Amino acid sequence: MIAIIDSGGANIASVRFALERLGVDSVLTADPAVISSAERVILPGVGAAPVAMAQLDRAGLVECIRGLTQPVLGICLGMQLLFERSQEGDTPLLGLVGGTCGAFDPGMGLTVPHMGWNRLVPQGEGRHPLLAGVEDGAHVYFVHSYAAPVSADTVASCNYGVDFTALVARGNFMGAQFHPERSGPVGARILGNFLALPAGGKG
Amino acid sequence: MLTKRIIACLDVRDGRVVKGVQFRNHRDMGDILELSQRYADEGVDELVFYDITASSDGRVVDKSWVNNVARRINIPFCVAGGIRSIKDARAILNDGADKISVNSPALERPEFITELAEAFGTQCVVVGIDSRLEKAANGSDKYVVYQYTGDETKTISSKRDTVAWAAEAERRGAGEIVLNCMNNDGVKRGYDLAQLRLVREAVTIPVIASGGAGDYPHFAELFETTGIDGGLAASVFHSGQIPVPDLKRYLRDRDIEVRL
Repeated sequence: MIAIIDSGGANIASVRFALERLGVDSVLTADPAVISSAERVILPGVGAAPVAMAQLDRAGLVECIRGLTQPVLGICLGMQLLFERSQEGDTPLLGLVGGTCGAFDPGMGLTVPHMGWNRLVPQGEGRHPLLAGVEDGAHVYFVHSYAAPVSADTVASCNYGVDFTALVARGNFMGAQFHPERSGPVGARILGNFLALPAGGKG
Repeated sequence: MLTKRIIACLDVRDGRVVKGVQFRNHRDMGDILELSQRYADEGVDELVFYDITASSDGRVVDKSWVNNVARRINIPFCVAGGIRSIKDARAILNDGADKISVNSPALERPEFITELAEAFGTQCVVVGIDSRLEKAANGSDKYVVYQYTGDETKTISSKRDTVAWAAEAERRGAGEIVLNCMNNDGVKRGYDLAQLRLVREAVTIPVIASGGAGDYPHFAELFETTGIDGGLAASVFHSGQIPVPDLKRYLRDRDIEVRL
């Protein structure tokens, strides 16, 4: 069973529907017991980092998420929450992946948010299983104003004035800055790859 | 590199896709789900659904099709028309829309933009601007925002200057602007490049061009000369006059970054 963490934001339906299209049922939940026992966990999120962290804290989910051993996929803000800090409201995050998320600078002549389709550039040696069957330079759909830096955990980067992390993995914790649920066949493939990873958890 | 977006707009009335010329004489163009799926398959980058009756009738868009579209397609889509409250917006976003677009209600009460941005994040909040070129008394051009354009009997000038309103919308929390140039809408002579450039220079959020696309070069000149982020069109796509895959190849051949 796939648990989608109910972080209180809107836009969660589209993640559920994307899983449905792949023939997989999911449950939307903020219950730590349900999340801990799921085969896989998705942490979606839109909006602002301070609000999302406060919400996870209130729901008693911060330690629950840190303790997960099954495959976890953060999406968009959910990916950023896996990092150490965000400059957005100078917020401490979950600290599961090293690095600080910073804002895009409109002063560089960029329109912000970074909204639309941009290319994935695989990073590191060997191809992460999340990218199986995904062409280099494939386009995926982004909507964000803050971004995580490229590090040793970056699986794929993207460039928007600067290089930033588009897809990250550190052990069982993975994250996509883009929206795989809204990224056409490429996004569906990446979600499918996540679902094909060896399951963990107690359920 | 971020691609230029090709956006298909589906004007919705009574659960069907329709299209008029300069906002009038609406013709039936087909079924919402069928057209949405066709566009997603053809490589359209985004869809905008605009309930053209909703705003002036004072009713919110019928939600059942929003949910059906969200289940079916895997590209982003925006819903516009008659969204007057946080509750209206939440229902549509919870049903699976990626963005909501507000127009007349934001002109009535500009704080509404801020309330939406605070509730859902700026990335969900699009402000649609219907703008018309008028001659000032001294003969110079001025761009004026129109309101209640879904119903020609209720359409009025808001008296607001288009560029100033775009800047205000950004300041209040809009994450994107769709600028519909009414003089050009449906007449297929090209986008209003001069007006689009003015708005592009006034804000740093993405700006989408609407109104006037009639042929391939109209998209190329839009992207080559304005810095605009996306081109929206309806009838040329619905009728099959410009197949989206052909348009994307045409643009790529001119070194314009697109998703193929």
